[in-house]
Amino acid sequence: MKVLVTGGTSLLGAAVARRLDTRGDDVTVMQRSPSGLGMREVLGDIGDTSTLASATKGVEAVVHLAARVAATGSWSDFEDTNIRGTANTLGAAVAAGVGRFVYVSSPSVVHAGDSLVGAGAGPADPVTARGFYARSKAEAERVALAGDSETLSVVAVRPHLVWGPGDKQLVGRIVERARQGRLAIVGSGTALIDTTYIDNAADALVAAVDRASELGGRALVVSNGQPRPVREMLNRIVAAAGLPSPTLKVPAPVAKIGGRLVESWWDRRHREDDPPMTGFLAEQLATAHWFDQREARLALRWEPQVDLAEGFRRLEAWFAAAAHTA
Amino acid sequence: MNRGVTAPATLPPAGLSGLDPAWSRLVTVPSLDGLGRTFHLLDNGVVDPEVTLLCVHGNPSWSYLWRDILAKADPNTRVIAVDHLDMGYSERTGTVRRLQRRIDDLGALTEELGLSGPVITVAHDWGGPISLGWALRHRDQLAGVVLANTAVHQPAGAKAPRLIRLARSRGVLERVTVRTATFVRGALELSRRRPTAAVREAYRAPYRTVERRMAVGGFVEDIPLDESHPSYVALAEVADGLEQLRDVPALLLWGSSDPVFSDLYLHDLEARFPHAQVHRFAGARHYVTEDADIATAVHTWIGGLNDSTAIPAELTSREPLWGALDRRTADDEVAVIEMTATGAGRSVTFAELDLDVRQVAAGLYESGVRAGDRVALLVPPGIDLTVCLYACWRMGAVTVVADAGLGLRGMGQALESAAPQYLIGVTKALAVARTMRWPGRRIAVGELTPVLQKSLGVWATLDEVRRRGEFKTAPPSPGPDDVAAVVFTSGATGPAKGVRYLHRQAQAQRDALVRVYSISRDDRLVAAFAPFALYGPAMGIPSVVPDMEVTSPGSLSAVALGAAVSELAATLVFASPAALRNVSATSGQLTPAQREAMSQVRLLMSAGAPVSSSVLRRAAEVLPNAEPHTPYGMTEVLPVADISLAEIEAAGVGNGVCVGHPVAGVSAAIDELDVMGRPIGTFSTEPDVTGEVVIQAAHVKDAYDRLWVTQHASAQPASWHRSGDVGHLDKDGRLWIEGRLVHTIVGPAGPITPVAVEHAVESIPGIDLAAAVGIGPAGTQQVAVVVATSRPAPRPALASEALSDQVRSAVGVDVAAVLVAPALPVDKRHNSKIDRGRIASWASAILAGGRIGKL
Repeated sequence: MKVLVTGGTSLLGAAVARRLDTRGDDVTVMQRSPSGLGMREVLGDIGDTSTLASATKGVEAVVHLAARVAATGSWSDFEDTNIRGTANTLGAAVAAGVGRFVYVSSPSVVHAGDSLVGAGAGPADPVTARGFYARSKAEAERVALAGDSETLSVVAVRPHLVWGPGDKQLVGRIVERARQGRLAIVGSGTALIDTTYIDNAADALVAAVDRASELGGRALVVSNGQPRPVREMLNRIVAAAGLPSPTLKVPAPVAKIGGRLVESWWDRRHREDDPPMTGFLAEQLATAHWFDQREARLALRWEPQVDLAEGFRRLEAWFAAAAHTA
Repeated sequence: MNRGVTAPATLPPAGLSGLDPAWSRLVTVPSLDGLGRTFHLLDNGVVDPEVTLLCVHGNPSWSYLWRDILAKADPNTRVIAVDHLDMGYSERTGTVRRLQRRIDDLGALTEELGLSGPVITVAHDWGGPISLGWALRHRDQLAGVVLANTAVHQPAGAKAPRLIRLARSRGVLERVTVRTATFVRGALELSRRRPTAAVREAYRAPYRTVERRMAVGGFVEDIPLDESHPSYVALAEVADGLEQLRDVPALLLWGSSDPVFSDLYLHDLEARFPHAQVHRFAGARHYVTEDADIATAVHTWIGGLNDSTAIPAELTSREPLWGALDRRTADDEVAVIEMTATGAGRSVTFAELDLDVRQVAAGLYESGVRAGDRVALLVPPGIDLTVCLYACWRMGAVTVVADAGLGLRGMGQALESAAPQYLIGVTKALAVARTMRWPGRRIAVGELTPVLQKSLGVWATLDEVRRRGEFKTAPPSPGPDDVAAVVFTSGATGPAKGVRYLHRQAQAQRDALVRVYSISRDDRLVAAFAPFALYGPAMGIPSVVPDMEVTSPGSLSAVALGAAVSELAATLVFASPAALRNVSATSGQLTPAQREAMSQVRLLMSAGAPVSSSVLRRAAEVLPNAEPHTPYGMTEVLPVADISLAEIEAAGVGNGVCVGHPVAGVSAAIDELDVMGRPIGTFSTEPDVTGEVVIQAAHVKDAYDRLWVTQHASAQPASWHRSGDVGHLDKDGRLWIEGRLVHTIVGPAGPITPVAVEHAVESIPGIDLAAAVGIGPAGTQQVAVVVATSRPAPRPALASEALSDQVRSAVGVDVAAVLVAPALPVDKRHNSKIDRGRIASWASAILAGGRIGKL
């Protein structure tokens, strides 16, 4: 099958592309800078419809990951990349007669700030979603699913908190903060949070490509189905990097208010780097979010192959190897 | 009172909460009052129904009261709920309509409706007498009677007349009921759960103005309190007529905390409908329809009216409970010995016991106690309790046993629901009974000064009762199908439930014990476990209760047990695990003679709480030649299974606790759980199928007392008992208990039972006690484990990663989180059953991100 993967430089994008390539699919990756994956590559921005048109030519399936994933920035930045970019990619796919479109979404599109305890995959809601990222992803998901038709099957897959060796988003930031002694436990640290080991998320996306025709118009949350207290997750990630457990503790309300202050400070300064805390992050760290996985597993006929314990072993080995080479 | 206001019937306004506008219709009865009257009624309009429910409201409500019964009706059941004239949305006639006329009105309406086929009347409050008046005139089509918090008679001692008199006193009646909405509004406060604003609004809707409330006052005014009242005769006719309805199925649904229609009215109706099924909703108030799911109860009851009850296989000697006393009426062997701190105290021979039981039985009868009357026994185990118990059984009185383990409040609730007419107690118990106003005429055991008798409100002393029975022939004895006793569950999961046993079931229980433990004439019993202490005479063997505090089984010392064993040269010892623990701890104080006597004991039986093999093993060191056994069972059926220490050790580790083979006469099966953890309803005896343990035996309870809904749910199918325990049978036919059904964790891959997980965790060194609970919605629940460590944690906390790893590698399921608590909550009575429900809600709050609160 001829497949286009957008966002090939991201951890998950690269993993999906490799998996498809390994099993014999004809993969093209598209992103702004070279991926180093050694596959056919189209360099360019998803804001550029002509590049998209050439990238989707003759393609049977699109896995759309390219997105702006940042804690800061203006609404128009998110709107441009996440909403318009998705509309552009979808439009190119329709024009090129692509049959399957897998939109990689985020469970945060349904998170209104309260605890999600064994929650199902509700409809994305840009009004209640928290923060620019989640709001733009929610709107983009609606745009994508609205494109589902008789000729094009659109599936939204929402992997929850993807992590693994080489991950700069979640693992990278946590470890970096821990190194600096700036990693804090928000609140009691007991909220159960589900995550997805990278290989499992990639498998789920490949399954979504394969089952797209059965699943047209649906949104599915995928995760390891192994929620853990957030403090335990942080401690284990930090331990895998060979660092001691964080000792800083911040009460949840303080973190939320402080996070919002920091955000506005970063905004006003137009700083591009990550703030140490945001209101959104504080909320995420202090409330449970884990999901009912039965529907997704049945629909995708997919099961996570790497459990948390194995995931942490692999993460630890990767850190050890990285330290060795460095 | 301002009469004469008229207004036509109307349909209710749209949008009343829970009311389908399609149900409402207006029906004019041309014959009424010579000019025709129009009723508003709710009618689901089922054509050719199998049965019709005729629902009659009271005052100051309207047919809205029955909306759930309409909503939940099946397609073959027609439900008609009427608004009385001048009430609800029926016509305001401006006339005075008393009881007789209202019965006429209802009859005229059903005639106009052409109501044919079987009818079941359903009524609440003063709708009761009206519906029963209708029922008496329609015997040919009457298929059943349902009554909720109503009355046909003012029983002696009822408070309602006072309230009614107050409401009727000059000026009050009109002001409260008509001129203001106080009564209409206030009546709604007579529900436990305050109804939502929308529901309150709907109840008040037809009574917005003075004109529309006229009949509300009229109803209150029409309650006859004495013979001079114009409705006295009509009500008396209804009350007296009920004797004709004894072949009509009846269901009484009762809010126990109704300040108007108290339990006294329930008991009055029970006497008039002795065959009725009764469910008393503990804590529900006057508007029991708002406090409890009456609709489901009614429909379930109707659905079961045509079922025939299967009779369990008989496996009983049919010898009455006092049969052994009869056989040994001239036997001078000692029957019961009481132990004191200094050695043997009082004792009686079989001959003496038999005579005394006959005398007290006759004396109770002479005192006015009748067969079927309930007698609460608040007497510690010993000769007096034995005499009272067997005397009651002999003359057909029902013994009520609410043990001190329930706590004072629990005992009070238990006695209120069982409602004994008599209460036999020692001085201490009578003092509590007096202070707490427990029901029952008080009969005192032991010597009491006249002053004390008076201050305790003693009705008679046991000695007086005994004297009244001297030289009297014993009253007739009850049959096997008469009620013998009401005993109470531990109330570990909600309020204690009364469990009713018939004589044949108590006999079968005695016989089962005799069979399981091969008890013969040569055995002698030391009973440190209250329920079985009482069966000595029934089994025809001598028994002794060691010197101990009854309410605290842990107070039994090795010396006290040794003294009792040597006194009787006992062969059997029954004791609770708490008692055995203390016996082992104090065994160093035993004298050589006592040790010798202890070595003659052949059987040790321990029950009353989950018994660990280590307790049995240590106890076996004190009783070296006794085979330790522990039965499995519950208040509703005991024994179900039995296992010896050797068998426990041979069974080893498995999924749950091995409780042994079901005993002879017991059929145990498994009702397999589906993926959502619900029993599927098919019974299996295949090995390794996990499900609810269901039991059939001649010694299963007759019913939960005054808890028809609970009884119905527990006896599915009839004659079986659903234990609420989850377990499986192994390939050798042994039963394993895996936990309680309500505590089953329902994960994405199906149900996970807690006991095996907990055992695996408790095998980790340093962990004393563990609870495995489900977090999140059933079907996708995660497992959380809460542990109490040997060195108690100073405060609840998330476990360290190291401990979490240990727990996860010990168990076979994915554990989302491990929490540590200083101690785990356990039930009061046994001090050993973990309160998993409480732990689950505690852990759920924490794992949702909440504060780590106290457990």
